Amino acid sequence: MQFPILSVIVFTPLVTSLLILLMKPERKTEVRVAALAAASFALLLSIWVFISYDKTAAGYQFLEKYSWLPALGISYHVGVDGMSAPLVLLTGVVMFTGVLISWGIDDRPREFFAFLFLLAGGVFGVFVSLDLFMLFFFYEIAVFPMYLLIVIWGWVKTREYAAMKLTLYLFLGSVMALVGALAMYWVNYQNTGILTFDMLQLEKAGFSGQFQYIWFMPVFMGFAILGGIFPFHNWSPDGHVAAPTAVSMFHAGVLMKLGAFAALRVGVMLLPEGAKQWAWLIFILAMVNVVYGAFIAMIQTDLKYVIGFSSVSHMGLVMLGIATLTPEGLTGAGLQMFSHGVMTALFFASVGMIYDRAHTRMIPELGGMVKALPFVAIAFTVGGLVGMGMPGFSGFVAEFPIFMGVWKTQWLAAVIASISIIVTAAYILIAVRKVFFGKMPAKFEGHMTPISALDKVALFTLVLLMTGLGMFPNLLAPMISLGVQNVLRLLGGA
Amino acid sequence: MDFISTHLLTSILFFPILAALAILFFPTEQIKLIRWTALIASLVPFVLSLLLWGRFDASAAGFQFSEQYPWYDAIHSSFHVGVDGLSLTMVMLTTLLTPLAILASFGVTDRVKAYMILFLLLETGMLGVFMAVDLLIFFVFWEVGLVPMYFLINQWGSANRNYASLKFMIYTMGGSLGLLLAIQMLGVLFQTYDLVTIYTRWNALEASANLLPWFGSYLTVETVKTIAFWAFVIAFAIKVPVWPFHTWLPDAHTEAPTAGSMLLAGVLLKLGAYGFLRLVLPLYPAQSAQYAGWLAFLAVMAIIFGALGAYGQNDFKRLVAYSSVNHMGFVLLGVAAAAKVAGTADATIALNGAVFQMFNHGLSAAGMFFLVGVIYERAHTRDLNQLGGLFPIVPVYGAILLFTSMASLGLPGLSGFVSEFLVVRGAWASMPIFAALAMIGLLMTGAYILKGIKKVLHGPLNEHWAHGEHQLTDISAREVIVMAPLMALILILGIWPAWLLDVINKAMSMLF
Amino acid sequence: MNLNLLAILPEALLVLLAVAILILDPLFKADSRRVNLGWLAAGGLTLILLISFLAGQPAQNELTLGGMVRFDWFAFAFKMFFIFAAAITALLMMDVDALANRAEAYVLLLAATIGMNLMAASADLVMLYLAIETTSIPLYVLAGFLTDNDKSTEAGFKYLLFGAMTSAILLYGFSLLFGFAGTTNLAAMAVSLATPTVFSLGALLLVLVGFGFKTSIVPFHFWAPDVYEGASTPIAGFLSTASKAAGFAVLLRFSLTVFPQTGSQWQYTLAVISILTMTIGNLVALAQKNIKRMLAYSSIAHAGYALIGVVAASTLGTASAVFYMMAYILTNLAAFAIVTVAGRVIGSDDLRAYDGLSRRSPYLALAMLVAFLSLAGMPPFGGFVAKLLVFAAGVEKGWIGLVIAGIINSIIGVYYYLTTLKYVYLYRMEGEDEESYPIPVSRPYAIALTVLVAGVILLGTFFAPWYDLTVKAAASLF
Repeated sequence: MQFPILSVIVFTPLVTSLLILLMKPERKTEVRVAALAAASFALLLSIWVFISYDKTAAGYQFLEKYSWLPALGISYHVGVDGMSAPLVLLTGVVMFTGVLISWGIDDRPREFFAFLFLLAGGVFGVFVSLDLFMLFFFYEIAVFPMYLLIVIWGWVKTREYAAMKLTLYLFLGSVMALVGALAMYWVNYQNTGILTFDMLQLEKAGFSGQFQYIWFMPVFMGFAILGGIFPFHNWSPDGHVAAPTAVSMFHAGVLMKLGAFAALRVGVMLLPEGAKQWAWLIFILAMVNVVYGAFIAMIQTDLKYVIGFSSVSHMGLVMLGIATLTPEGLTGAGLQMFSHGVMTALFFASVGMIYDRAHTRMIPELGGMVKALPFVAIAFTVGGLVGMGMPGFSGFVAEFPIFMGVWKTQWLAAVIASISIIVTAAYILIAVRKVFFGKMPAKFEGHMTPISALDKVALFTLVLLMTGLGMFPNLLAPMISLGVQNVLRLLGGA
Repeated sequence: MDFISTHLLTSILFFPILAALAILFFPTEQIKLIRWTALIASLVPFVLSLLLWGRFDASAAGFQFSEQYPWYDAIHSSFHVGVDGLSLTMVMLTTLLTPLAILASFGVTDRVKAYMILFLLLETGMLGVFMAVDLLIFFVFWEVGLVPMYFLINQWGSANRNYASLKFMIYTMGGSLGLLLAIQMLGVLFQTYDLVTIYTRWNALEASANLLPWFGSYLTVETVKTIAFWAFVIAFAIKVPVWPFHTWLPDAHTEAPTAGSMLLAGVLLKLGAYGFLRLVLPLYPAQSAQYAGWLAFLAVMAIIFGALGAYGQNDFKRLVAYSSVNHMGFVLLGVAAAAKVAGTADATIALNGAVFQMFNHGLSAAGMFFLVGVIYERAHTRDLNQLGGLFPIVPVYGAILLFTSMASLGLPGLSGFVSEFLVVRGAWASMPIFAALAMIGLLMTGAYILKGIKKVLHGPLNEHWAHGEHQLTDISAREVIVMAPLMALILILGIWPAWLLDVINKAMSMLF
Repeated sequence: MNLNLLAILPEALLVLLAVAILILDPLFKADSRRVNLGWLAAGGLTLILLISFLAGQPAQNELTLGGMVRFDWFAFAFKMFFIFAAAITALLMMDVDALANRAEAYVLLLAATIGMNLMAASADLVMLYLAIETTSIPLYVLAGFLTDNDKSTEAGFKYLLFGAMTSAILLYGFSLLFGFAGTTNLAAMAVSLATPTVFSLGALLLVLVGFGFKTSIVPFHFWAPDVYEGASTPIAGFLSTASKAAGFAVLLRFSLTVFPQTGSQWQYTLAVISILTMTIGNLVALAQKNIKRMLAYSSIAHAGYALIGVVAASTLGTASAVFYMMAYILTNLAAFAIVTVAGRVIGSDDLRAYDGLSRRSPYLALAMLVAFLSLAGMPPFGGFVAKLLVFAAGVEKGWIGLVIAGIINSIIGVYYYLTTLKYVYLYRMEGEDEESYPIPVSRPYAIALTVLVAGVILLGTFFAPWYDLTVKAAASLF
């Protein structure tokens, strides 16, 4: 039997989470080491999956299938394609770096890492699941630890409000999608006589046009809420701001991708006709995300809000790419998910490091950090360049195909959306300059301890990924194209 | 060696980045080591491009030394580089000016490591634009060059640097937005970004064919081309910069550190002009001819207002900055004239003039900015009214300044004269009024240059600089070494331009 | 005449256990009585559970003992649930002094369990009524057991009054039904009532009052919060789980046997009640500051969710309702167990009293996390699967509106469950010195909590065997 690598990836964090809970709460260092070991292990495995994915064979690979509840056609069915393999890798990376920069958490680290790993396990599970039930199962597992992580270790001022808002939004979205999924399940049963949640089967269900027209929006929007789609994006910046650093990294870096990914996997791939009929609406909403998010980000003074709204804007690009239903747009969306994941992880890691020292994130109060924290300054700047879509960095590589897809669909939209590029450039440059350059306020003198070696490893990993992908898009793009072909096959034509 | 001769272009292109990476690991305190490494590292591409020059076959058409590697298969873009006579000239200019700029910045003491790394990155960015034969790669390098420049201005600039650097960045990015969109459109239409393919296929499109959907009907090729033409033109015009898009330039120049200004004026402005020649004229011959009058108008406005603007300045650096607007106007005038009468001998002459002017302006502007920097470093002021009568105090400097100013002014016997003459000569037949106006502009060029010289070197001596702690020292040996190659080339090209013009001419006649 | 005594094996064993307790009670020394009684009851119940499970499985579905009870998987499954709940409750009673020292308390618990078992099995109106009373009377006593506590006395009395009144109405309904149908056998009644009249429907509504009281569905829910708050916590837990599940067993059997056809007014009535129950339960729970009252309202709401499965009236619907009850028993027992443990030390059921719990006892806090998230319907806990199944059943039969109401309600639920966890994990005690106020967890409680938490997780992850059980149970009703 082939080594069940995907299951091992999914269960490594889950089992670690349990094991950590069984450790003694006082032995904080052991807890951390265990967390780091597990995270490294998961990262290595996800790299392995990424590398050994057979690009010539394409399709779903590393398949494993065990029946879970045969009576209702629920199975534990995992596999990755070109779309999800990079996201598994992304999760591995964010998990690894997230553990590294959370080393300093001193308040109940045992619970912190346990919840964080539960979250990570859920995320892995969603990305690899090929069974609709299993997808929801892990989706919810990924959502609720967020609440605890934010509420317990978050920013005192807004954590309670933000955590609750986030959880309710996401829960609302997921149950909305759940109803749609159940409808698919039963209609497939009527059509084919097979009770199954298996998505590969449901792809062939032959849902009627009317059915798809009715159910596409609940399903797609339900998941897209987690992707931060307008007008349901409001939870996201609040959540980012309130969350502790590693959780913000996870939240923006991976969780929002979860929404977009599931919207694609379940919404578009299972209801392709519905997607075609509603694409225009998704397209418009995503456009609003892109442009509006950028403008709102520009007027923020809290650094984390700036990044939070920039995420809204950037995730809008992902949605936009998906809504084009073109090869370029979808490829770009896949790349943008990866690129944005790494980028925001980096942003939040940097902001966390600054906040830990300065105890403020208000841009006007900061300044001159480059002297004290040169490494953070460089990393943040690189992240900023990625965010601006500067060529040579991963953001460009991702946004470019999305815009090509938009050109194909409605070229005027490309022109409008491009406004966001300028706005983004402006707010990022201003933020970088005000925070890192200029004169450091005297009150910070002596508080700016250098960042630890672990922090540096984390930042370096993220920077390396962004520049590497920016210079060599072929590292990732061909793989995503394979996944995109799979989507296009279902959409018919192209 | 074998590797280098087969990968000559990529070697030139990426050597600075490799050097920058190496410097990254140097200890920050080893300022001297870093400086010399950077200098030597920037000389390597120069030597290699001399090799390139030697092996270049001027009479062969198309791109030479082509290298092509897969880069971004998903959207059909490959890493494709190559040079023809036009790009070769620009590559030479870049690899020549970069070591000089680095040498010129030996005086920088603040964060030398980061400074040098940015310079080397900047060089790669500029070279990449000149070498790219793939539209996407072209755009990548086009934008990549912005980043180091932004930080050079923002970090090592003078008082108003924040405003200037942001303005520079936003203007250029804003300008390139249209370029980006137009490139995307081309990519979507042709499923390739390879310039050679796009040249042929784009021009083979039926003018009345339907292209982009537009509320139920389609836009015709002609409309699309016109829109895309202006998108390209605006992007490049901002970079050149052409009046009325030039306002970022005086700010950026004034605030940039000396070496930054050298490269900004010497090479970065050429990127815009290069874009006109490489993309606008070949891709949009019809639109170019149609709108040539407009372009010429803008060019002449740039010449005249640039000159007037320069005359009005009391800041020496701003004066030189406006002179760039003035001089680059000639390049655009040449382009406009060539576009109007494409294919004729006049067009070739005008293009020769334009390209030659690009090269010459690169030399003289870099020199002028450097000289402004030299005096600023000593006097800590660039206010022309505070200087004056310095010739006796700094005689060598004075002589060099005089020489370079004359080159800038277009004195016969120096290189600037040849190129400006060619441009006007090429434009004369097709657009006499503009040519005449440009001549008036040339006159005004004389006026502001002389004003500058007078305010700095002649007139009553400001005693402040003659004695005591403020006494000015003459130009140092290092600084002379920076100026020497520039002056030599200016002189040689003024007297015997044929060796360079020949290459340019062949390239121009084959290109258009 | 069919006389399969295996059908009442668990009940017989329960009687034996009760007798054993009564006999042994005088023999225990005063200082060890508490422990001995508790272990005897809990151990005995566990043993009964095992024996019944191994030996008492029905081979086929049959009507037995003079047509009074049905011996089928449905009854069997519920009996297992009740005995399990009783065993856990016995464990939980051990540290509540006023209960644990009195053998009567355990005997009453066993008596109530017998009544519930019979409720799940009865196939005849007479038997049904007897079973309901057998269940109710011991529970009235247990609810008011803490005689020196005014609230407890009040709770017992209130429960008794409400119970007596609804049971009278129920009896009235039963007699009317008998009048219309001419039989007390449920299956036979279905034939006579196939074409319902206004009068028979009115009689049904009267019956529904009785069932509604047991299941505490709106509008017959008023007693629940007061009684839960007043009764000692383990008893409240038993009331809110086993007793409610027994009500559901009766409701399911009654509605499926008497109204096998779908789409009847009966189902619409239940659908409306379901929506009202969920909504009112959840909305009122939002405002609670006392954790027991909150759990009371939340348990009202859960009855509403489970009703979705009853409304769907399909095999899946029934199975899902049974599954829901199973998950709910485990989860809610866990919740009450925690409240018992914590309340004993803290001495208050106020939500604010839970500040800093995670620092005082991390594992107790974790158990609470599991229980409350399961109540909120989050995976990998039983509550998620249960909710998913009832929603699936609802969607299958086209009750989309009902399911959407359920969904909106689960969101409200998430809000207050998470808010409670906030007290546990986020807020701190005054003085922030939680470490000096640890919460000890005695062995019986540790066992009960471990079993319950493991069960909740097991139900949420390896749900196939449990689901198969519920399907078997459901299938026996069709």
